[in-house]
Amino acid sequence: MENLQCQCGHTNPPGTKLCESCGRSLTEKDQNSKLVDMRYEGTARRSQTYNKSIIDKIWNFFSSVKVGVSIIVVLLVAAAIGTILPQQAFVPASTEATIQAYYADTYGSIGRVYHALGFHDLYSSYWFIALVGMLAISLVIASLDRFVPLYKSLKNQRVLRHPSFMDKQRIYGSGPAAEDTLEKAETKLKELKYNVRTDKNGLLAEKGRFSRWGPYVNHIGLIIFLFGVMLRMIPGFYIDESLWLREGETRAIPEVPGYYLENKGFALENYTGEGGEEVFGEALDRVGTVAKNYQTDVVLYQNSEDALPGAADSQEVVAEYPIRVNQPLKFDGYAIYQMDFRLDELKAMTFALTNKETEESLGELTIDLINPVDNYELEGGSTVELLGYYPDFSGFENGEPQTATPLPNNPGFLVELTTPETPEGETSFITIQNTVEPLGENDFKLTFLSADTRDVSGLTVRKDSTLPILGLGGLIFMIGVAQGMYFNHRRFWIQQKADGTVLLAGHTNKNWFGLKKDLDRVVEYASLPAYTDQQDEIDKVEKAEKEGETLS
Amino acid sequence: MDERAVPQKNDKKKKRAVMRTIILAILIAAIGYTIYNSATAEEVSLLEVGDKAPDFTLVDLEGNDHKLSDYEGQGVFLNFWGTWCKPCAKEMPAMDRQYEAFSNDGVQVLAINIAQSDFEVQSFADQYGLSFPVVIDKTKSVMTAYSIRPLPTTVLVNPDGNIQRIVTGEMTEQDIEGFMEEIKPE
Repeated sequence: MENLQCQCGHTNPPGTKLCESCGRSLTEKDQNSKLVDMRYEGTARRSQTYNKSIIDKIWNFFSSVKVGVSIIVVLLVAAAIGTILPQQAFVPASTEATIQAYYADTYGSIGRVYHALGFHDLYSSYWFIALVGMLAISLVIASLDRFVPLYKSLKNQRVLRHPSFMDKQRIYGSGPAAEDTLEKAETKLKELKYNVRTDKNGLLAEKGRFSRWGPYVNHIGLIIFLFGVMLRMIPGFYIDESLWLREGETRAIPEVPGYYLENKGFALENYTGEGGEEVFGEALDRVGTVAKNYQTDVVLYQNSEDALPGAADSQEVVAEYPIRVNQPLKFDGYAIYQMDFRLDELKAMTFALTNKETEESLGELTIDLINPVDNYELEGGSTVELLGYYPDFSGFENGEPQTATPLPNNPGFLVELTTPETPEGETSFITIQNTVEPLGENDFKLTFLSADTRDVSGLTVRKDSTLPILGLGGLIFMIGVAQGMYFNHRRFWIQQKADGTVLLAGHTNKNWFGLKKDLDRVVEYASLPAYTDQQDEIDKVEKAEKEGETLS
Repeated sequence: MDERAVPQKNDKKKKRAVMRTIILAILIAAIGYTIYNSATAEEVSLLEVGDKAPDFTLVDLEGNDHKLSDYEGQGVFLNFWGTWCKPCAKEMPAMDRQYEAFSNDGVQVLAINIAQSDFEVQSFADQYGLSFPVVIDKTKSVMTAYSIRPLPTTVLVNPDGNIQRIVTGEMTEQDIEGFMEEIKPE
């Protein structure tokens, strides 16, 4: 492509529509149109100018707004697909196989396809991240490609424009005027807070140029935001782990080395409708129970500096804190939130050793399901010896009792009962509401009396070092929006020819009504010739033509 | 256009090409890095072969302390397990036999139970007649330090204290024998 030489002598880069210097239309199409296209001041988008190397080709691809919008549309559709079924992080399965089975079992063939296509982990799939990345590239390149020429053009704009530029502006007027018109217009425009520059027989009044940078500031905000999101993927910046902590348990906090958390107790409080809560009575009657508080009382421990994982006596208490909803335990950049709970997991079971025939009790024993011991002595000289403990009894395999999990969901005990009457002992296998006597009929049995339970707190461990970056990105984004939306870039060009004729043109990027109001005041004060809104004229003609068509 | 303007134009072109290449390279590198990180996010906290094995100290069923660094100079066969885990139970007898064979050659086995009660672990050890030390990770802190997910997981530590191999899932007796051979001191 060749550079374009304007009649005024200025050399313009190829692709330029309006001469950078005088404003003459450079293409035939523009010369013939009634109004000039003022987007980007008629400058050549840089990408349009050269298209040679592979770098230029990639650059030009991303510079296109069409491409940018297409990427956004594809992203929107993909993001929407990701919401059709729950993402894998939210399904109650943890391994690859169980997750796959969960989708197939719960959602049938749709779930199977969804999983097969990888939509169960859509937002961290490489192609989704690549799409977001392409959007970022598009934002950067499209902005640079437009901002740089626009900035240069506005910085270098001349006061005097060619009449053909002026009469193709939407706001245009011409006519005779007095000699002091220009000076008076300048005074009034300055009063209206315009920056006024004069050159020979012309003036250029300008206001709010910074509003033109709005979209680019906005894009900078978006880029910073995306950068923050990108940091989340980098280890150490973002942690979101769940921790199920049973009452009485102390556990190492996942992803937080050296710290331990003990659950001192979980409490769920409901509104009672009594004691000052009578006002809620009606609502409670209508909806039933309403939770008032979820609370886990925790103790936070930290390993002393040189202590190793597993060392028992090296933990120091850092904090004791009641974690409640929206009142997380905060320490060292981490926060632990109350997220979930499970009530009443079995903790201990109390039995009576009874004579099957007489139903006479020989005493009671309580088995701690978390930490059972192997021998329980009863008062009357009887003993219960624990031979085997299966916290989540799931059946027998080769005559051997099995446990499915380490949690006491369905405890099974293999016990030997020794009483003064049966000193050789009787063996019995006990599960909830069932007793098996593998070695023959017994005289004694363990009768279930009561159970103690404990609650489980579902906690979330979170750290997000990217929040300030996301906040900054959001703020800059909003500044850019306000800059572009609430301010307008207004310009007036006024020239007085030697014969006294005044040419008058105006342009704004938005809010033509406001521009005309400003201009009306200047026209009145400086007795400028009347102007017309040429767009209105065109619209009127088009409307008339249309009506004419419908009539004929 | 006059003669002097030509080199200037070429300069500008070169500058532009360099600028564009740099900007594209930075952006593509950032995206590539993000995708790489996201793809490896699952494994990122996991230990890798060649890493220094995190030191720890745990107590066995007899009340003896076992500190990993005390075994430096020996190969250590760390087996994470639980009584509910069937493959763990299956490989225990083979581990025990191989321990008998290799214990005089400087290979130590530590079976690390995940936070179960003394009673359960003791009766399991008795049932299988385990001769190697069985320790209990009461607070799951060692499990966390080693980022153990599925059970059983076996971490082989060589005599230098570095991780030689990480095995998830059940091992055959031949596997175990081969692994012990790998970490046997020279």
